[in-house]
Amino acid sequence: MMQKKWTFKITPFRKALLAMVGVAVLVVIYRLIMGLGPVTNLSDDWPWGLWIGFDLLCGIALAGGGFSTALIVHVLHKDKYLPIARAALLTSLIGYIIALISLLMDIGRWNNFWRPFFYWGYHSVLFEVFRCISLYTTVQLLEFGDIFLEKVKILPLKKILKPALVPLTILGIVLPTLHQSSLGSLYLVTVDRLYPLWWSTLIPFFFVWSAFFLGPAMVTIEGTLASRAYNRKPELPIFQSLTKVTMWMLIVYLIIKIVDLNSRGVTSMAFNGSFESNMFLIEMIAFIIVPIIMYAIPSIRTKLWGVVTASALVVIGVIFNRMNVVFTGMAGSVGTSYFPSIWEWLLTIGMWSGLVLVYLFVVENFPILVKEEEEDEAFSAGTGMTAGKSVEA
Amino acid sequence: MSKGVLVDVTRCVGCRSCMVACKSWNDLPANKSEFANNWDSPGKINANNWTVVNSYIIEQGDDLKWRFVKKQCMHCLEPACESACFTHSFVKTKEGAVIYKPTELDQDYCVGCRYCMIACPFGVPSFQWDKPLPFVQKCKFCYDRMKEEGMEPACVTACLTGALQFGERDQLLAEARQRIDRDPNYIKQIYGEKEYGGTSWLYIADVPFEQLGFKTEAFGKPVSTKSIPTYTWDALKLTPYIFVGWGAILTALHLYTKRRAEVAHNEEEMYEAVNTQEKDQEE
Repeated sequence: MMQKKWTFKITPFRKALLAMVGVAVLVVIYRLIMGLGPVTNLSDDWPWGLWIGFDLLCGIALAGGGFSTALIVHVLHKDKYLPIARAALLTSLIGYIIALISLLMDIGRWNNFWRPFFYWGYHSVLFEVFRCISLYTTVQLLEFGDIFLEKVKILPLKKILKPALVPLTILGIVLPTLHQSSLGSLYLVTVDRLYPLWWSTLIPFFFVWSAFFLGPAMVTIEGTLASRAYNRKPELPIFQSLTKVTMWMLIVYLIIKIVDLNSRGVTSMAFNGSFESNMFLIEMIAFIIVPIIMYAIPSIRTKLWGVVTASALVVIGVIFNRMNVVFTGMAGSVGTSYFPSIWEWLLTIGMWSGLVLVYLFVVENFPILVKEEEEDEAFSAGTGMTAGKSVEA
Repeated sequence: MSKGVLVDVTRCVGCRSCMVACKSWNDLPANKSEFANNWDSPGKINANNWTVVNSYIIEQGDDLKWRFVKKQCMHCLEPACESACFTHSFVKTKEGAVIYKPTELDQDYCVGCRYCMIACPFGVPSFQWDKPLPFVQKCKFCYDRMKEEGMEPACVTACLTGALQFGERDQLLAEARQRIDRDPNYIKQIYGEKEYGGTSWLYIADVPFEQLGFKTEAFGKPVSTKSIPTYTWDALKLTPYIFVGWGAILTALHLYTKRRAEVAHNEEEMYEAVNTQEKDQEE
């Protein structure tokens, strides 16, 4: 098994992505020298913008596929989902690295970034968010280390890592549960300012629950994209059986949302015709109720287009929800408007281009996706593997 | 022991001596003002203007009233900024001032995340947006004067009309109540007594507070009298239980389902790197 060589084929598409990353690196240098004022459209009214609202909040939420898949595969031992487990871990890991980079770019006094590691501000929600995210990124790196060592064989390291994997997996679910919810708790302080359709003492629950049900949908989208990119067969049976998880979680989300609005007496605000109420209705109908219906109808959910469309709605819906919390719901009480500057966009685009490139590189050099000819057997618990064929020609 | 300031809006003539005193005591740079359709310049507090006086023209029937309101950090009894900061860069001192440690005590842990600005219910902390390594800025209740000399804040010293009164918060509250009771013109409310858990700065006025730029209600309900830190702590205090409880549940599930589904599979044999040499179907 000589798998030491690294490959990365450069196509025009990848060249474009590389160019975007290059632009983003220039923006980073500019921002670090000039500070936030000249580079961003942030202000005292809008202290948080695109980098926190989208890259951090959505990046972390979209990486939810990592922990929900880990729970399903490694804790509940639903082995039929094994084929997607590593891809989910990989996208999650890259998502977290993006979130950490955007956080580093966003903090004003970036020279002090290491301080919070040595300071226990446990009364702050941000403390929990920061601790959990950095710890969880470490955990994911270690989990990934196991895969890394399958290619780069350093046996003593593998021996050390092996017994740690189970506790790491457990930790790798507990930590995201905590910080996905604390990302919601961050907005508890905006009482009387965040529109009551979104502000709730239950907002931590809504954030973690949606990050969890987003997982299977995100895995479906990633899997479909990867299969298109590499001309492989999409793992349709896996996507289909995941829809059950997502559908029931969506239903629970919807019910708790309605109960929450009623108990706070703000249900009528959803129908008062304001901008906020319309955005809220779009969020609930197009991105919660419609996917539930699509998942519930067998003739839709068993088709690839059906399961992919519904999953895309769920994914967009979670982004839509986070955007509503960060921007729509706050705009009314802030009074002024915010739109990201060209530099903010360029950094964001560059980071997500980087995500695609890293994903492609890792998938092409490490055992992440299931062996093609094994796919059918893999679905039935991954037994009866033949010896691995050499990948590199 | 906790100090406060009572602002009596009825006594303010809008001379803005307090603004000048604040600038000169704290060595804050001047900003060029712009023409605007009001008398408020610069209008809002920011990193270089820790206090501003806003003007309000109030129409009551045929009567026109000018009212001037000094705005600055309210110095909450339980400050949102202090609880929000994960490097504890804000602290409520025993004297009552809420200060920013990086500039005040030379303890520079602040990373500039600006969560304090999200957290503050009064929109007070401001950022030095034009600096490469900015600090958060806000009124510090002239903590330096108060602590070393026992002096009142510069703005209070500068006030010519007695609109600002410095003292023990309890005594100021009693004084405020007395004035309200004696004179029927006053609105029967002391802003800052209960809002968001109470603040060291207190306001009384003869015009409803919502007409003076104060937030008295939000979305049809009176503003919270619970402090912001209480809201977050109610959620945060559950963390250790979730950590241990959820971890235990997951471990139990892991062990239980592992025994049930003891299917041998070799993960290492299952996956492989995608081979791009054979097919180049990359989009």
